[in-house]
Amino acid sequence: MSDTKLKRVDLIFGEYSNVKYKVLSETMKRPNEEILEDILESGLRGRGGAGFPTAMKWRLTAQSPSEEKYVICNADEGEPGTFKDREILTRVPRKVFSGMAICGKVIGAQRGFIYLRGEYKFMLPELMKELDGYNEHAKSIGLDFPIEIKLGSGAYICGEESALFESMEGMRGEPRNKPPYPTTSGYLGKPTVINNVETFVNVMMIMRLGAVQFKLLGTTDSRGSKVFSVSGDTPIPGIYELELGMPLDRFVDEFGDGDTKAVQVGGASGFCVPRKKFKDTVIGFEGVPTGGSMMLFNSSRSMYHVLHNYLDFFEEESCGQCTPCRVGCQQLRKGIQAVKKGDKQSHYLDQLMKLSESMKLTAKCGLGQSVANSFSSIVYNFKEEMIY
Amino acid sequence: MTANNNYITELVERYGRGRTSLMPILQGVVERNNFISDLDMTEIARELDLSAAQVYGTATFYAFLDTVPRGKYVIRVCKTITCDMHGKRRIIQTIEDMLKIKTGETTPNKKFTLLETNCLGWCHEGPAMLINEKPYSGLTPERVHDILHEYMNL
Repeated sequence: MSDTKLKRVDLIFGEYSNVKYKVLSETMKRPNEEILEDILESGLRGRGGAGFPTAMKWRLTAQSPSEEKYVICNADEGEPGTFKDREILTRVPRKVFSGMAICGKVIGAQRGFIYLRGEYKFMLPELMKELDGYNEHAKSIGLDFPIEIKLGSGAYICGEESALFESMEGMRGEPRNKPPYPTTSGYLGKPTVINNVETFVNVMMIMRLGAVQFKLLGTTDSRGSKVFSVSGDTPIPGIYELELGMPLDRFVDEFGDGDTKAVQVGGASGFCVPRKKFKDTVIGFEGVPTGGSMMLFNSSRSMYHVLHNYLDFFEEESCGQCTPCRVGCQQLRKGIQAVKKGDKQSHYLDQLMKLSESMKLTAKCGLGQSVANSFSSIVYNFKEEMIY
Repeated sequence: MTANNNYITELVERYGRGRTSLMPILQGVVERNNFISDLDMTEIARELDLSAAQVYGTATFYAFLDTVPRGKYVIRVCKTITCDMHGKRRIIQTIEDMLKIKTGETTPNKKFTLLETNCLGWCHEGPAMLINEKPYSGLTPERVHDILHEYMNL
């Protein structure tokens, strides 16, 4: 049945225009306000997972008075189950550079950086070649916006924007208190726009197609398309660009192996949706948001094991700076082990749920705050698997 | 300055003496020596006019900035969920058997170190591993066997 098929899109990975950096050159001639209006009109929200409205971020940074501003592309893709940024930077890097340069023009920044995770160091030679091409081209059209690559060194937390600034500044990747936000105080304390790789490409697509065309895709709350990283128990793992706002049951129809019992939407820091809720779950900002990670689990998988794996991950990747996260991750992991072994009664899980809620309220950054997402959605929906 | 850490001077000259140069310098040392020694850290601190504690603090924060001696080839096997589901354990077992070391150890000839690591971003092709910076995905014990043999002969 054709109506159960998901809408495949080919925007992000679509071919470059035949003239090199055509959209960039054209956009450079447009007034900033008009560009911002277009992005606002398109309804674009950040593609890293948090979904902050892009136009607002850019406008706030544009309005921050400073001689020195920066544009940073967050390519510290570390969320388990996510690998789309690598694909984008491999296949269409020029679109990323262009999006960054447009941002630089709008906010009045002089320099751009790409923070690439250390695990992707092998990409450097190719990426540098492309970047040299961009930098040369920029010079030739009188565009003063050089872009540089900074490499991470294997710390998931550096995907958190303020930890990323710290890392670029040569510090431990420990998140800062907010406010101040990057729009006023980011890299080196200067106003900074930091966006996900995909967000910059989306801006490019809006410049190329216009806001109206972009808006045709998706729903009121989730405009446009999204690149999904699909993995786990699926016969067709890989990268797919799909329209936002799709119901999860249709996604499972297409990608499941016929025995899907749960889908982890948004990686280890996202939500685990059990089979009975597939029908009522929408993938998008109005439902369950995702930075692109979609991991499918079939009935052969122990959800206890899955949760344990996530908690190991968080325990190791927690920067250790704030107590709720440093101690919380550890205690959650020890807690589910104790319940499983029978050292604790099953109602101890309720205590652990409360602990995860406390972490949501009191942890300093998104890492500690979001552990509760997967923890409570797995414990709540698969309680018997936690106990027996 | 001792003659054997000229490379630090070189790195400092290439990247500069500001704090923002610290990561690239530390990464440069790891690329060359596979780890950052205490002596390297004090030397970098001196060059950048930082305290050794500051350099140590940054260096020890990052999983890929090793501060204990590592082999020439550092093998990092992904242990996060989808790689785990798709047979990470058999991969580790194969490597351990071939190199006759446990995870976390280095071979006596200092050629290989075997480590586990968090998500490498090859979830759709798991299990996956890095050998130094080079990724290998879609691993089976047989493939791992072939890959390691290549490195053993290097």
